[in-house]
Amino acid sequence: MPVVHICTVTPISMTVGANRIVPAVAIPHPLGNPALPPEEEKQVRRKILTTALEALSTEVELQTIFPVK
Amino acid sequence: MNKLKVVHYINQFYAGIGGEDKADYMPELREGAIGPGTAFAAGYGEQAEITHTIVCGDSYFNEHTEEAVKTILAIIHLCKPDLFLAGPAFNAGRYGVACATICDAVRQVYDIPVLTGMYKENPGADMYKDMLLITATGGSAASMREAIAKMIPLSLKLARGDAIGASAEEGYLPNGVRVNFFEKERGSKRAVDMLLKKMAGKDFETEYPMPDYDRVPPNPAVIDLSKAKIALVTSGGIVPKGNPDHIESSSASKYGEYSIEGLRGLSADTHETAHGGYDPLYANQDANRVLPVDIMREFEAQGLIGKLHNTYYATVGNGTAVKSAKAYAAEFSQKLRADGVEAVILTST
Repeated sequence: MPVVHICTVTPISMTVGANRIVPAVAIPHPLGNPALPPEEEKQVRRKILTTALEALSTEVELQTIFPVK
Repeated sequence: MNKLKVVHYINQFYAGIGGEDKADYMPELREGAIGPGTAFAAGYGEQAEITHTIVCGDSYFNEHTEEAVKTILAIIHLCKPDLFLAGPAFNAGRYGVACATICDAVRQVYDIPVLTGMYKENPGADMYKDMLLITATGGSAASMREAIAKMIPLSLKLARGDAIGASAEEGYLPNGVRVNFFEKERGSKRAVDMLLKKMAGKDFETEYPMPDYDRVPPNPAVIDLSKAKIALVTSGGIVPKGNPDHIESSSASKYGEYSIEGLRGLSADTHETAHGGYDPLYANQDANRVLPVDIMREFEAQGLIGKLHNTYYATVGNGTAVKSAKAYAAEFSQKLRADGVEAVILTST
């Protein structure tokens, strides 16, 4: 089964060998941003996870970072 | 000093019997040194003598391990050597496993010093390097001369009961046992020398190797997300409030398996982080920031994904040994597979 790694420090993810990687917001809140109002924060999370789903449904041959749009 | 008596184990290929077609060859005792044994004998000179060679096919050994070990142990009982050598096996998997297995058996049953040699990625090395000394060799028989040159002095030391130095000095695969010794140069000089070599693009040897991270080929993509069951996994330490399994805040010794059945999302009332390596404030306020259950439920309701798996797996990735993390994932991946999960979203802090 494919795995997508959502993490902030993507070079670590590359080093440890993840094949599908999606960059996150910050170390203590990878899928959120406490500086934003709750609805906007959820939108950030939605975007990251939408990218994660794209990564899971994309064939890769090499380690790939999928930037969040 | 008396000449040490050595018995040497090799496979059918190195005995000149044949390749894969002869891999079913049963254990056989020969007088004297054969194949690589002649190079060992030349190197030992007057110090040791290969009195016998045991030849066994790689397939036979691995498919009939119990019988093969029994037969070979009976031979050893008759020969009563001072030292037992096997290989070197380089990167030949079945040969490496056979060499390490028989060395371990001889060591355990007769308490005779044993030595084998193989490439660090040989599965035999992985299985036995903590139990046996295994000389580190190159990946192919092209490095035979070099391998034997390392195995001769180490095997003589073992046979004579001499003190064995660190892996870097003796050339065996690091087995996790620390050996103290004084370096000739002080640390600052060694560091600068290493840096100069690195800058000049020359080879240098680190004194603190980083863990070897393995690489796995990417798995095929999910064909239809709208039918797929997707699971959440995190190293960010998200646990039910109160941390019921007492997952440690660093160097976690376990992972947790928790139900999110019926939950529309996580909240400060239900979940928190056990992780001691980042500021827990944001995750404790809203654990969806680390384990995004709320949006995944939304995706599930919209039909973007087939189903969010109702169990999530979590550990604390803070100073946690790579070996432990690997073991946890190996275990819960089986559970995920058994539960029909087709893809995983892994979040890290």
